[in-house]
Amino acid sequence: MTIVYVPGDSAARSVGSDAVADSIALEALTRGLDIQIIRNGSRGALWLETLVEVLTDSGRIAYGPVSSSDVTSLFDANFMNGGPHALFQGVTDEIDWLAKQDRITFKRVGIIDPLSILDYEAHGGLVGLRTAIGMTADEIVEQVTQSGLRGRGGAGFPAGIKWRTVLNTSAEKKYICCNADEGDSGTFADRMVMEGDPFMLLEGMTIAGIAVGAVEGVIYIRSEYPDAIAVMNKAIAIASKFGWLGKNVLGSSHEFTIRIRTGGGSYVCGEETAMLESIEGKRGVVRSKPPLPAIEGLFGKPTVINNVLTLATIPAVLADGADAYKARGVGRSVGTQVFQLGGNIARGGIVELAFGITLNALINNFGDGTFTGSPVRAVQIGGPLGAYLPLSSSDISMDYESLLSAGGMLGHGGIVVFDESVDMAIQAKFAMEFCAFESCGKCTPCRLGSTRGAETITKIIDGVDVEGNKRLLLDLCEVMTDGSLCAMGGLTPLPVKSAMLHFPEDFDSRNGGVR
Amino acid sequence: MQFPAWSESQALEVISRICDEPGPVLVTLQAVQTFFGYVPDAAVALIANACNVSRADVHGVLTFYHDLRTELPPEVSIHLCVAEACQSMGSREVMENSRKAFATNSSVEIRDAYCLGNCALAPAASVNGNLRGRVSAQSLVAEVAKVAMR
Ligand SMILES: Cc1cc2nc3c(=O)[nH]c(=O)nc-3n(C[C@H](O)[C@H](O)[C@H](O)COP(=O)(O)O)c2cc1C
Ligand code: SF4
Ligand code: FES
Repeated sequence: MTIVYVPGDSAARSVGSDAVADSIALEALTRGLDIQIIRNGSRGALWLETLVEVLTDSGRIAYGPVSSSDVTSLFDANFMNGGPHALFQGVTDEIDWLAKQDRITFKRVGIIDPLSILDYEAHGGLVGLRTAIGMTADEIVEQVTQSGLRGRGGAGFPAGIKWRTVLNTSAEKKYICCNADEGDSGTFADRMVMEGDPFMLLEGMTIAGIAVGAVEGVIYIRSEYPDAIAVMNKAIAIASKFGWLGKNVLGSSHEFTIRIRTGGGSYVCGEETAMLESIEGKRGVVRSKPPLPAIEGLFGKPTVINNVLTLATIPAVLADGADAYKARGVGRSVGTQVFQLGGNIARGGIVELAFGITLNALINNFGDGTFTGSPVRAVQIGGPLGAYLPLSSSDISMDYESLLSAGGMLGHGGIVVFDESVDMAIQAKFAMEFCAFESCGKCTPCRLGSTRGAETITKIIDGVDVEGNKRLLLDLCEVMTDGSLCAMGGLTPLPVKSAMLHFPEDFDSRNGGVR
Repeated sequence: MQFPAWSESQALEVISRICDEPGPVLVTLQAVQTFFGYVPDAAVALIANACNVSRADVHGVLTFYHDLRTELPPEVSIHLCVAEACQSMGSREVMENSRKAFATNSSVEIRDAYCLGNCALAPAASVNGNLRGRVSAQSLVAEVAKVAMR
């Protein structure tokens, strides 16, 4: 029997992988060939989807991008034995784009059958949890602190310090909340982890529970991710049956259970305290801090809140040790970052590498420039609240500190590329409109300032008192930065001001609205 | 998509299945919408009663979340992503052309989405919950035709 992998990841499905899988099954049946199709996650080379792989004596051989109309010719070319074909990509692990990465968090994504615990264990799964079970709570938190792992949700706060606060706060109940709201445009790594290696996230959460003394976990997944929700639900059921989640985690005296809450299509509910409100079933209005969620979080109890990627990296930290993780990266940005290349890019997808690679290497060596083929003009890093940078900043080192000093932020690691056709005044206006649409409404500068901001940019575009309105806009940005409770209102000025700074020509000398 | 018509007894059954969850209001509203396709006015009082909160509380949650709707969706619901990564690949134009293409088709609605997690295969859309990549107005027309055939 031959094993054929056809990704079931929703990005692959979005370009027809279900039809490819159906055609392969049908063609094999007609030809009387014995095959087993495994719906794996995606390897992250989304530009090659649907990437079909065949297990041969010389390893997994890849073909892509395959559409269902290619299937007959693949069989004719004897792809089941790795035969030559126009879509032949060679041994998957040797595809340059993949071979040059350094995968820790994405180690198994696209390789294993996402819902097979056997496959998971065969590829190093559960080693971290078993290690943690043999340690004291204090030792686990110390390992995480020593690893230097910082939160991947945006703020980059050291995970170990957060865990320490929860561990040291005594309470009759504590929670682990996984933030899977992933609202930033240009990001999809959380989704791919949940769809491609769900047990890794459950393992990370279980370790967090043991470390801080929490017996209950909640994953807050955005409603835009129905496949991720379905896979995570199945994974929880399987892990519970397997004796991993429940009263006695892997036969130990630890208890841990996990449930899922679905978001309501609100961006601001990715902000951690708004997320807590939402999990409690209320309007997603941001809470004032203090109290910190680590002290008074979900239902008023001490709560660890971490992003999917942060929690998903924990098993590797425990399995391989803090030192192995810490050995990668630059300065205080240690370990690997899961970069997500999106937008107008020829080869988009997941690029996991140690911090410190240049933006240029990501966009040109991995991304191969724009999809349209015209020059790159602007890059937005870190989602809708991140800065727009010009190509001249492309030798910047991709780590938390370097990006900050370049006037940007890494955020969740999304990199969105724009070609020459982009109109930066329109992008700035969108940033304000998005803030107006998603504001939780608590602070006036965010709620109303954003609407005024969009109106002011419209005037600039229309050529109405351009200089005066530019000054007004900058003033408004200052008020929003200083007078907003959270980063929604506080950072919306970042894309606006960076667009004005780096692309002034799009704000000046507009000819009746036309750039 | 097809949904059962409003029925108070069925609503009560849906609500009673979920309203014991901790922090029940949002999940209960979501359960009602999953079942009926929307949250009818009549459901608000039932939910308030079952969750032991005021009708104003339920209404507050109902109006906060972009997903929750108070009208039945048409047969086909398209969520077209209009966030930055999709903008860079022409989603504004796709939106404009799609609006034109479906202007006279009352069984299709087009709504804005802000990132569907498919930013490397932009522009992205979701058609009745099924994610699509590299979409155009034409590909959406073809997709809708397929849905209609089912
Ligand atoms: C408006 C807004 C939206 C956010 N959205 C997300 C999100 O979708 N996912 C996420 O993990 N963090 C998001 N954050 C950051 C969280 O507030 C929080 O810092 C994070 O979940 C903590 O986890 P970490 O330490 O592992 O990064 C958002 C913050 C703001 C202000
Ligand atoms: S800045 Fe905006 S989103 Fe954040 S708390 Fe204030 S009003 Fe709410
Ligand atoms: S921005 Fe459109 S799918 Fe992410």
